[in-house]
Parts: sequence; C-alpha cells; structure tokens
Amino acid sequence: MTSLDNNGLTSDLTIIGTGMAGMAGAIFAANRKIKTLLIGNTGAGNFASGMFDLLGVYPLETRQMRIDPWAGIDALISENPKHPYARIKARSLMAAIDELLAYLKNAGLDYCIDGKLNSTVITPAGTTRLSYAIPASMINGAKALKDKKACLLVDFHGMKEYSALQIVSVLQKKWPALKAASVTFPGYENVSEVFTESMARALEVPETGKALAMTIKPLLGNAKSVGMPAIFGLYKTRHIFKELEMAIGVPLFEIPTMPPSVPGLRLMETVKSDLPARGITTFFQNRVTAAEQTADGKFLLTFTAATGAQKIKTKAIILATGRFLGKGLYADRHNIREALFDLSVVQPDARDQWHQKDFLDPRGHRINTAGVEIDADFRPLDSSGQIAFPNLFAVGTILAHQDWMRMKCGSGLSIASAYAAVNAFLKNSKKSCF
Amino acid sequence: MLKTQVLIIGGGATGTGLARDLALRGVQCIVVEQGDINSGASGANHGLLHSGGRYVFTDSDVAAECRVEAELLKQMAPQCIESTDGLFVAVEGDDEKYAADFPKYCSACDIPVKAIEPREARELEPALSSKIIAAYMVQDATIDPFMLSLQNIFQAGQHGTTLLRHHKVTEFHKRNRQIISAGLVNMVSGENTIVEADQVVNAAGAWSGEIAALAGAHIKIAYSKGTLLVTHSRITSRVINRLRKPDDGDILVPGGTVSILGTTSVRIDSLDQIFPTVREADRVVTEGAAMIPELESMRYIRAYAGVRPLIRSGTGNGDRDASRGFILLDHLSDGLKNFTTISGGKLTTYRYMAEKTADLVCNRLGVTRPCLTRTNPLPPAAPCSWTEPGIAPRRWMKKHAPGDLLLCECEMVSTSAVDNVIASLKDQGGNADLTSVALRTRVGKGACQGAFCGFRVSAHMYNTGQLQTDKGIHDLKKFFRERWKGLRPVLWDGQLIQTELTEALHCGFLGLEIEQENQSDIP
Repeated sequence: MTSLDNNGLTSDLTIIGTGMAGMAGAIFAANRKIKTLLIGNTGAGNFASGMFDLLGVYPLETRQMRIDPWAGIDALISENPKHPYARIKARSLMAAIDELLAYLKNAGLDYCIDGKLNSTVITPAGTTRLSYAIPASMINGAKALKDKKACLLVDFHGMKEYSALQIVSVLQKKWPALKAASVTFPGYENVSEVFTESMARALEVPETGKALAMTIKPLLGNAKSVGMPAIFGLYKTRHIFKELEMAIGVPLFEIPTMPPSVPGLRLMETVKSDLPARGITTFFQNRVTAAEQTADGKFLLTFTAATGAQKIKTKAIILATGRFLGKGLYADRHNIREALFDLSVVQPDARDQWHQKDFLDPRGHRINTAGVEIDADFRPLDSSGQIAFPNLFAVGTILAHQDWMRMKCGSGLSIASAYAAVNAFLKNSKKSCF
Repeated sequence: MLKTQVLIIGGGATGTGLARDLALRGVQCIVVEQGDINSGASGANHGLLHSGGRYVFTDSDVAAECRVEAELLKQMAPQCIESTDGLFVAVEGDDEKYAADFPKYCSACDIPVKAIEPREARELEPALSSKIIAAYMVQDATIDPFMLSLQNIFQAGQHGTTLLRHHKVTEFHKRNRQIISAGLVNMVSGENTIVEADQVVNAAGAWSGEIAALAGAHIKIAYSKGTLLVTHSRITSRVINRLRKPDDGDILVPGGTVSILGTTSVRIDSLDQIFPTVREADRVVTEGAAMIPELESMRYIRAYAGVRPLIRSGTGNGDRDASRGFILLDHLSDGLKNFTTISGGKLTTYRYMAEKTADLVCNRLGVTRPCLTRTNPLPPAAPCSWTEPGIAPRRWMKKHAPGDLLLCECEMVSTSAVDNVIASLKDQGGNADLTSVALRTRVGKGACQGAFCGFRVSAHMYNTGQLQTDKGIHDLKKFFRERWKGLRPVLWDGQLIQTELTEALHCGFLGLEIEQENQSDIP
C-alpha cells in the first residue's frame, strides 16, 4: 500500500491517467505487487467503446482492413520503425493481452478473441469495424454478421443517437434478413428521453430484464438472434446477459453506442472497484497539477483534492495522460506542448501542417502522430534524443508516431506500452536505478 | 421542360430578393441555385446591416445608399434584424487625423454619428482595449442573412416562384439575340432539364462571370476572398469597427450568441479556393486583438470565407478601394436583348438592387406594376426562422410537446424544428438531407460542430423514413467535410480538443474515413 507520512503520500510507482493505458498499467503493477498509486480524472470510460482494438487498418493510404492484426503489425513496424509497436515484441503483446483479459475475467468481465484474428462488429451508424478482443456480450453480433441469417435489431423509444432502422437500412444490401423494431424500455413508458447508462442501471434489477424479454419475444418472428444497444448492466453483465438470453430464447448481442458508452463505463467501473482490493491506491476525479524532481531524483507531485492541495512523493512515474482530450497534450496557436513535465513533443513545423484539408483524408492528420518520443524502455526523450528522466515512463496515446484513430490501434497501444513500461520499471528498480 | 417568365440564376440575397420582388409584381420566376440558399457570399459575410459609416471615406454614394436601405429594412424585416448600434474606435498608433475626420464625412452623407469619450466607450463595451484614443457611435445593426433569404424565397414560393436547389446552368440556347432556354443539370442526380424563359437574370455572385460567359457576354471580374471567424461566445453587444483605412481584422459583429470577427481581403484566381486558411485566421485574430485584447485568447468555433465579386470598370487601386456599389448590366452591347446581370453591392442594399433589377426586367417584359418591397413588410415564416441563434431554445423552453427531444443540445434544436424544416423543404419540391437541414437550423453550428447533433439528426431522419440505404452515411461524410473547412483554421486549444473527440467518434469508432466498399470486403 501507498503510505502517508507527514509530507503527504509516498509510493514506488505513480501512474498518472485513468484511461485505458493508466488502468492497464495499474493492473500490470498490481499483478507484480508493485507499491502503486493511480491518479487521474475519470471520464474516459464514457468515450471508450469497450472493445480492444489491436490494429484494424494498415496501410492508411489504401485503407487496408486487416482481418489478421498480427500480419498488419509486422508490416507496420517494418515500414514504420518509430511506431510504438516496434518497441514491443509480438510475443509480449500477446502476453499483455492474455494477462489483462485474465484479470478482467477474474473481476467479472468476459472478453472473446476469434482465434488470433479480428472480429467484425456493427457500429451504431450501420458501418462495420474491426476489433481484436471484444466483450463477450458482442460476440453473437459478429457471428450473425458473418452468417447473415435472420436477425432482429431492437432500439428503444427516446434514444437519440441510436436507430435500429438506420443500422438495418445501411446494412440492407449486404444483409437482407436483418430487421428492425422499436420498443419502449420497461418502466420508461412515461419518459420521453432515455439514456444508455440509466437503462443499464435499470437492468441490474432482475425484474427489468424479465419485462424486457417479454417485450421482445413477441417480435422475434424468424429471427435467429437479437441485437440491442449496449445496455446489459454495468456490474452484473455476465449474469444479466445469460438471464436475458435464456428468457428471449435466441442468441443475444450488444451493439456498441455513441457516448456515454456502457461497455466503456462497465470496463472502467470494474477495474476501479477491483484495484484497491489488489493493493493499488486510487485517486479518481483528481488531476495532478504540478510535478517536480526532488534532489534525490524522485518526483514530487501536487494534486488538488477536496481537502486542499496534496503531495505525492514517488520513485517513478508512468505518464498515461492521453492526448488533447485527456489533457496530456496542450496546443496553443503556435505549438504543441506536453502538459505536466513540458516534455519534448515531436510535431509538424507549423499549425498549417497539423491537419489535412479533407477531414476524411485517408492519410490521417499529421497532428495525430505528434507526441512524446521514447527509448526502448518507454522513457520520454528530450529534444537531443537523451532520456528526459531515468524514472519517468510514457504510455498510451500520448506517444508519437502513431495514429490510433485511423489505424484502430488505441487499446493495443495502451496495453502494450503499459505492459512494457511496468516491466521496465521492475527491471530498473531491481538494478536499483532509482 | 419548364417554362417561366424570368429565370433567376443564383439563390443568394439578391436572387431570392429579386424573386420576391418580381413575385409581388405578379411575375412568374424560377430560381436556379447550384448549391443551396446563400451558399455563396450571401451566407459568408458578417451579417452586418451597415449604418453607412464604413464607407464614408471611400464611397459616399454607397454610404448613403446603406443608410437609406438599413432604415427601410428595419421597418420591413424587423424579425431578421437586431438593432445593436455600432462603435467606430481608433487605437494608439492609428491615424488620428483620419479618426478626427470621421464625423465630418458621416455628416456629408447624412449618417447620424455621435462622438463619445474613450472611457465611455469602454463602459459600454468593457471588452474594448484600454488603448482606445477615439470613439464614435453609429446606428449599425445586424441581420441574419439566412433568415432573410429563406423568408424571401418562401414568400416568393407562395406567389408561384419555383426554387431549384442543386441545379447548375450548363448552357444557354439563343436565337436572334435572345436567350430561348437554359440547360440545367441536377447536381445530385445528374439529370438534365431545360428551362424556357422570356428573361434571364444572372445573380450568381462570384459565379456571374462564368454565367455571363455561357451566354456569350463578357464581364471583367476579380475575386476577393474574405475570411471571418466565429467566436465561442458573444463578446460585445454592439458592432465594433476599427476607425482606420479598411484592413484585415477590423470589425467585430455580434450575431445572436456569438460574435463574428473579420475580415481579410485576398485576391484569388479560382473559385475552387473559397476556404479559410490558417494564415488568414491568425492574421484576423492578431489584428482584431488590437481593438479587443481577449480576441487573442478567445475560443473560436469555426472560420468561413466568402468571395466578393469585384466587377472592374477599369480604374481603382486595391480591392479594398474597389466600389462596394452594385452593377446592373443590360448586356445590350454584348448583343443580348433578354439577359441581365446584377452583381456587387452589399447585403444591406440587397433590396434596392433587387428593385432596380426588377424594374429593368419588368420594363423588358412590359409589366408596369410597381415595386412593393418598399412598403410591404417581409412576412416572418415559421420554417425559415430556425437560423437565429437563441430562437430555438426560447421556443423550446416556453413550450414543447412531451417527446419533442432536443437533437442538438449546444443550440437546443428540437425534433419538431427539424421536422418543420424537412416538411418545408418537401413543400418546396426539394429533397431534405442533413446539410440542407443544417443550413436552415442551428444544427452543427454550436461548439461541437455537429459531432453529436449531426449523428442524431441522421438517426432521426432514418426513423422518419427520410433516409434509406447507406445514403445517411454519405450525408454524414459530406456534412463533416463541409464543417471541416471552417474548423481547420481554428484548431488549437478548446476547439482542437473538441475536434479530437469528433474524429475519435466518427473515424476512430464509426470508421467514416473508410469507404463503404472497403467495408463490404469484410466476410
């Protein structure tokens, strides 16, 4: 456990950032019994699809969809040796994912991988996307999309950014046996606007699930499976899914939604409630506002808590603060800066080059490959190429030379880099580098 | 084959204003527009109803014309206008003599002006720089150009005018110095149509040179691009003008809940270049900050650019000095008897330009009925009133049916407002898509620039049967591409964060950047 002395909190490792990379880092640190403190402003869960992408598209220019992400990664790192994936062996990446999925399974969240290949998942727009490890609650959707058998998609009155009819219309040509139905969510008869998160909470109560099954069953027709927006609970998903599927009588699946995304919240909630029991000290909804190196080479962090400013003294830091939305990076009219340590950020020469003229330019926007450069141990480099601090690691989307949005490699990048950084921390602390 | 008395080319302020003027005189018209209403300069300006003060030094005729028309429009179309008043301010380093001469020049054009102390100006508008050295109050106002044009074409429609959106003129057929008919192509479906017309009016704005050339006439035209920036919130309650020789970044115009900062004047060679650039945005911000320092740190929602068509009569120095007066050409010297071009001018004088053009056209048609737009107010029409920032929230807060959900939370655009606009588009014989709904509402105009509401409107249009197959996906792509042109120059700090979220959702998650054909390869 992190301890509290007169001067504040102390820890061996502090992970700053509670998005995918920070959470993964905390899980790997917990499994390795490292005295760790995790701190950050939550909110990332809202925006996370809950799926773990490894690599979906490469090369970008030809928009090549990669069913086999491993072959894609091989091609990527041979042509882009600066991509963070080039810093980690495929073997280690597989081990990292296995370790993470095992942890989540133990905490109550099930994920599925289709062999060693990507699965194809329906989006709420009716487009399809590739992802590697997907929530077990989505796997029947991937199967149904492959088989194209009769299938019913359901939405709920009062949902604003989810239309079953839209998905069915867009997929019509490829999947004529897909049908749509719109129903009132049980208990929401007098509510005009409904939200995914509140429906997910309602389904935590078993009676709601029973009523929902009763509503949907008469609409089945010849449907061999049923898809719904992702609302199968936040905490007891495994159970809710099983009960609902049994009551409806055909395979069931979730379709990911626009934010707030229940599968993302579910993931974050699960990890959040599980980590303290594994010995990790957590501070959610707290932002680290300042960082300085002390004379003994450690770091002193300041964060604002309800009780006022607090200090953390830590031997090492994993920086998982994300990009602009996560506030790990900051851009003014002229430059992009790293927010906490003012680390060197590789970036295009001028703002005019940050973005392409076409929003959907297949090459992606150059600003998205700006970020922090690292050594083999994921330690940020300064402008002369030297390690900025021996005990500072950077992971996740803040890293340079990757475009996670276009390559669909965000989760893989976060998991891989967190895994590598935690292991590098262990290696270096055994050598008593710090 | 369609037949009409007058074919009007261009659905901007002039074309729609002319359609209404002619319709009220009982003349039947077809308005053909290659894009949508106000898709050229009429939709890419400050929305300023000039007191005339801005032109007292350079063109006293235009200044006086503005004064007269602004006063009249305040009576005839009050629903489109906010009488904000305006300030002309000079800051340290500006030409003091120029500033001191201002009231004298205003008086010469009968433009009311009042000198006030710089201290007093800062009390009225606390955002003004402390370095103000002179200030004058004038009767500037703001006008919603979209509401104006939509209401003009709406009333014209009620009097029998047909609007053909997304139609481009490809050729004219002539016989004996007369244009007999025009060939049109539907830009969406690719279908061709012929329109027979007695008279043809070229009100195509920046494109009027191209249209004239199709008719075999020649117009010497130059293009001057102006870039403007929209701020995240309204900074001043009045129009603020820099009191110096016209230059970049010298005017800030409030528009409902935002302010609009402009503008640049950049000569362009081609009409493919009408988009704002990073360099222009920076230039406008830096210059504007001299008057209003917080413009330097302000969050900007988007930028946009319009093209001033400058028809050159030969002399004149720079584009800034080129006349902002309008030009009405009868093309007799080009050997054409029924072709008219109306170009240049100001949004403020659009009605007067339409009147003068209608007079000429009616004379040629032998129609003697007088102009009614001087005396008959422009009726406010419900489906054309959703463009004003702040109107949708006021109506929704006051009263809304249960189940009338807000599709856009930034600007509080409700489902019923969207349905109202869609129904009106269909009444006009056109089809509704996301972009045309967005033009007629505040959808996509708030801070999120459509990241959420664009998707919601699309889902709603599928649910109500307006969209089928994957058309909605193409519409979304088109919508985001269009929004992007305006976003790209202002992407730093807050708006960059917002845009990162937009890209994460629509590319990262939904994969809109990947062609559907690629997606269909998936087993």
